[in-house]
Amino acid sequence: MARRKDRGAPEVNAGSMADIAFLLLIFFLVTTTIASDKGIMWTLPPKTDQPPPEVKENQRNIFKIQINSSDKLLVEDEPLDDVRKIKDMVKKHVLNYGKDPKMSESPQKAIVSVKANRGTSYEMYIAVLDELEAAYNEMYAERAGITVDEWKRLDQSNPRMKALYDKARDGFPKQISIAEPSKI
Amino acid sequence: MSKFKKKTATKQDIPTAALPDIIFMLLFFFMVTTVLRETEIMVEQKIPRATQLKKLEKKSLVSHLYIGKPKKVDQFGTEPRIQANDAFVTPDDLILWVQQEKDKLSEADRDKIWVSLKVDHEAKMGIVSDVQEKLRESNARKVLYNVIQTAD
Repeated sequence: MARRKDRGAPEVNAGSMADIAFLLLIFFLVTTTIASDKGIMWTLPPKTDQPPPEVKENQRNIFKIQINSSDKLLVEDEPLDDVRKIKDMVKKHVLNYGKDPKMSESPQKAIVSVKANRGTSYEMYIAVLDELEAAYNEMYAERAGITVDEWKRLDQSNPRMKALYDKARDGFPKQISIAEPSKI
Repeated sequence: MSKFKKKTATKQDIPTAALPDIIFMLLFFFMVTTVLRETEIMVEQKIPRATQLKKLEKKSLVSHLYIGKPKKVDQFGTEPRIQANDAFVTPDDLILWVQQEKDKLSEADRDKIWVSLKVDHEAKMGIVSDVQEKLRESNARKVLYNVIQTAD
């Protein structure tokens, strides 16, 4: 009788399994988009039928920003080229405490008013909103005694952080008014 | 001759049999975490950049609106349009849309709805303000302007 050869256990070649898995892995890595719900948060004013109330505030308290349809800025009735200057101007205006007769009397009374045009680009509008947010975030962070990054990350469900948040916001409202855009 | 003959039978290569398992584990992780987009975006979306971003914590409360120039210009024209779910809508339809979105939430969360606006950077404020006006009317006043963090 012929001696049977010792073949051993039959094996499937699994060497390329890793390659196949890698291929799939790379496909999922590439197609995955991490959905981001990040942005500038804003609360719109409630809808009322009454016409807006007459401005009782002293004109000096209002910091006016106007944007026209070709994205040119008019800040406090002066043309402004660089959006990035708004941040410091707003901070100066709000933190004036009545020193300069042209600027706000106190942070409680300070109002920032933004008026865009229907032809203003969204990019410009966001740039202005971003500057205003930045100005107020910096002022709040300073009041709370933390850095701006820490301020932005404050978790309001945490009581200790909430106390810090409330302390900074107390008597220092963020009053930004966005007017309905004018038609051309 | 030396009595201690070196054993040469030890294998030098690292066993790679478990490699596919490791890769499969990674693969399953990515497959599970991937969220497939349920709506196809039909408008151009080049989101402007900004620095002062905040993150929304509760994703279930967010409804998305997309505004921009339609991708299929020959079919829908070049004027920026509003996309809600899968279709283009006019600003007047938004009141109904907000109601539908609110109905999806639980009773306690209805007034906490956030509307995320994803607007193309070339869109004009006219259409954005029309949307905002309707959102105010339908009492969904919390708005998130979706922007990308400036890389600096």
